[in-house]
Amino acid sequence: MANMNMVQALNSAMDIMLERDPRVVILGEDVGYFGGVFRVTDGLQRKHGEHRVLDTPIAEGGIVAAAIGMGVNGLKPVAEIQFADYIYPAFDQVVSELARLRYRTAGEFSAAVTIRTPCGGGIRGGQTHSQSPEGIFTHVCGIKVVMPSNPYDAKGLLISSIEDEDPVVFFEPKRIYNGPFDGDPHKPAIPWSSHPSGAVPEGYYTVPIGRAEIVRPGKDVTVLAYGTMVHVAEAAVRLAGVDAEIVDVRTLAPLDVDTLCTSVCKTGRCVVVHEATRFSGYGAELVATVQEECFWHLEAPIQRVTGWDTPYPHAFEWEYFPGPARIAAALKSVMEAA
Amino acid sequence: MTPRSRLHIPFPPARPGDKPDFSYVQISPAGAVARPETMAPARDIEDLAGQMVRVLGDDAKAVGSWNPHLEPQDLQVGLRYMLLTRLFDDRMQRMQRQGRMSFYMKSTGEEAVSIAAGMALLPTDMLFPSYRTQGLHVVRGHSLVDLMCQCLSNTRDMCKGRQMPVMYHWASGNIFSISGNLATQFPQAVGWAMAAAIKGEDRIAASWIGEGSSAEADFHHALTFAAVYRAPVILNVVNNQWAISTFQGFAGGELQTFAKRGSGYGMPGIRVDGNDFLAVYAVTQWAAERARQSGGPTLIEHVTYRAAAHSTSDDPSRYRPKEEWQAWPLGDPIVRLKQHLIALGEWSEERHSALEKELSAHVTACWKEAASYGTLTEGPTLDPATMFEDVYKEMPPHLARQRDELLALSRLQPARGSDEEQRQTQAVAKEG
Repeated sequence: MANMNMVQALNSAMDIMLERDPRVVILGEDVGYFGGVFRVTDGLQRKHGEHRVLDTPIAEGGIVAAAIGMGVNGLKPVAEIQFADYIYPAFDQVVSELARLRYRTAGEFSAAVTIRTPCGGGIRGGQTHSQSPEGIFTHVCGIKVVMPSNPYDAKGLLISSIEDEDPVVFFEPKRIYNGPFDGDPHKPAIPWSSHPSGAVPEGYYTVPIGRAEIVRPGKDVTVLAYGTMVHVAEAAVRLAGVDAEIVDVRTLAPLDVDTLCTSVCKTGRCVVVHEATRFSGYGAELVATVQEECFWHLEAPIQRVTGWDTPYPHAFEWEYFPGPARIAAALKSVMEAA
Repeated sequence: MTPRSRLHIPFPPARPGDKPDFSYVQISPAGAVARPETMAPARDIEDLAGQMVRVLGDDAKAVGSWNPHLEPQDLQVGLRYMLLTRLFDDRMQRMQRQGRMSFYMKSTGEEAVSIAAGMALLPTDMLFPSYRTQGLHVVRGHSLVDLMCQCLSNTRDMCKGRQMPVMYHWASGNIFSISGNLATQFPQAVGWAMAAAIKGEDRIAASWIGEGSSAEADFHHALTFAAVYRAPVILNVVNNQWAISTFQGFAGGELQTFAKRGSGYGMPGIRVDGNDFLAVYAVTQWAAERARQSGGPTLIEHVTYRAAAHSTSDDPSRYRPKEEWQAWPLGDPIVRLKQHLIALGEWSEERHSALEKELSAHVTACWKEAASYGTLTEGPTLDPATMFEDVYKEMPPHLARQRDELLALSRLQPARGSDEEQRQTQAVAKEG
């Protein structure tokens, strides 16, 4: 066991996979010599060579297309899109090509590409370095969508993603790269070494894709969250003083319906939290699923706490961010209902 | 008067009712362009992009340093495959018109682009085709029955009814799948070629797009990545003058040839007479040799003409003169190779008619067999529940649930049963 922050854990996952599987290659902007703008690929090119860890031109569509071609030719590419906000030039290659290649060729061709991309706000990134576009990708059939909330899961899920035969879009909540963040930007930063999930095995292990995790058991209300918002939800639960069960969704697609709905059927109340915008957001899918599976157990309307339906504003990011106060208010409101 | 900016709106030289005008097509005399060394630096051979590599002259003789000096038997094979492609296309078009298929796209007039390239490359090289390069399947020996079954979306459709007609693939023949989204395969081919080099193989990739889709960002991505990593790939732009209704000027062909884009990326660009079987063969062979020796990518512009409609859903008489194909200055690739073989004393009109008859009979036999496995309209088709397969490698629970929902629904409805099959058998008999 070692103490790792999320950057180190992700780095370790790729290091191990480059070592174990000669088919694994890393490609992306600044990922090679420099080691990535967030240092996630630091040292990997030096160790594994420039044919395994490739700097690329600034062309996200080209990065994903090249990764698809590599995947068709038997490699297992891990492509980094430097910010999730930059993924849109690659949208066609992800949606029309990567996601559907196996389907359109009835299984004759496929490309096991992992796309890693940092997402989320709280770093003064403004509207082009703060987005959480996961809901756009969960709407696409043929790809898996993952977002870890801590170093242990980040490493185990990234290894699982690289080993997966299907394409995976792997979102990395960059606000918690260096430490768990409870939603209060005025508090001093806490390092991952102070958090139990900062303890990460140095060697190979996996966290399965498709399984949610109960990170805080409770009986009054279920909070469904993922990424940074898991930690914000924990703070909100303390603030609200309710005995909430917090479920870290972890894999957004395919969704672990059983874990989520077993929890809601038990508590009878549910609050869905994400940083992304609300309208047609991923939370709508969660709410719909819970409604379908748990309707007769529900004691109160399900609430959503999300980013506002505006672009992420640079100067007002803490007014935008769905912080503990808003989540706590939602928790109180579902507890008071009926 | 105050000066103001105005847009240039490209307009083709001829629209319906006008006399065809191809004076904009710059044509070099056969044999006039010299073949450079395979590893010549790109900057030393930039003129190849402005001229036109041609081997077959108007007198049907092969001339110049690009002449690949193929054996007559090879030329006959090339002629056979071009003719087979054309007859296949004609048959499929007719079947679409009879309502047996939803859609088709012919490659008439462009057969040399696929057949000559397919012959110049090794069978192990990976091809990333466009929707109008069906000749690549034909020249690699993909069974016509398989291709037809795909077009019919029947029980033997390689795509299991998931793709429109002509969106073939053939993994064992090293031919990649066709996407309906244009140009996406161009940068994918580069990625494939990069992987070949990373793995230390000497296989190369080749890809084809139309001049129209060279306007897509994927074209730029492909050329950038290919040039940056000097990937072993051949990038072909098939300039057939028309992208549905917009002429090649709308893709930027008015001021510059498409081949010249290569030099902007630091790779050779070669403009070739796409209806000259020997010239297409020769430039492909040159680019393949170069790629195999770590010389990097080559951009080839094939100047040709889309003789047929864009697809069976298109009516070109609404946007271009009907007589354009007859007026096309580079002729018909099949006629030109045939005349060349006749000039060599290795072919005759009689042999040509006999070949045509033989291949027609083959296409008919293939069609009968393919239709016996079902058609989209008359069935049988695959079990619709197969639509839930291959979305992921393993079917996730939510898809299994949706499949069961569909199956429960179909149990409530009368099955597409035996009378369907009967109708279909009758239809096949009528067809014969």
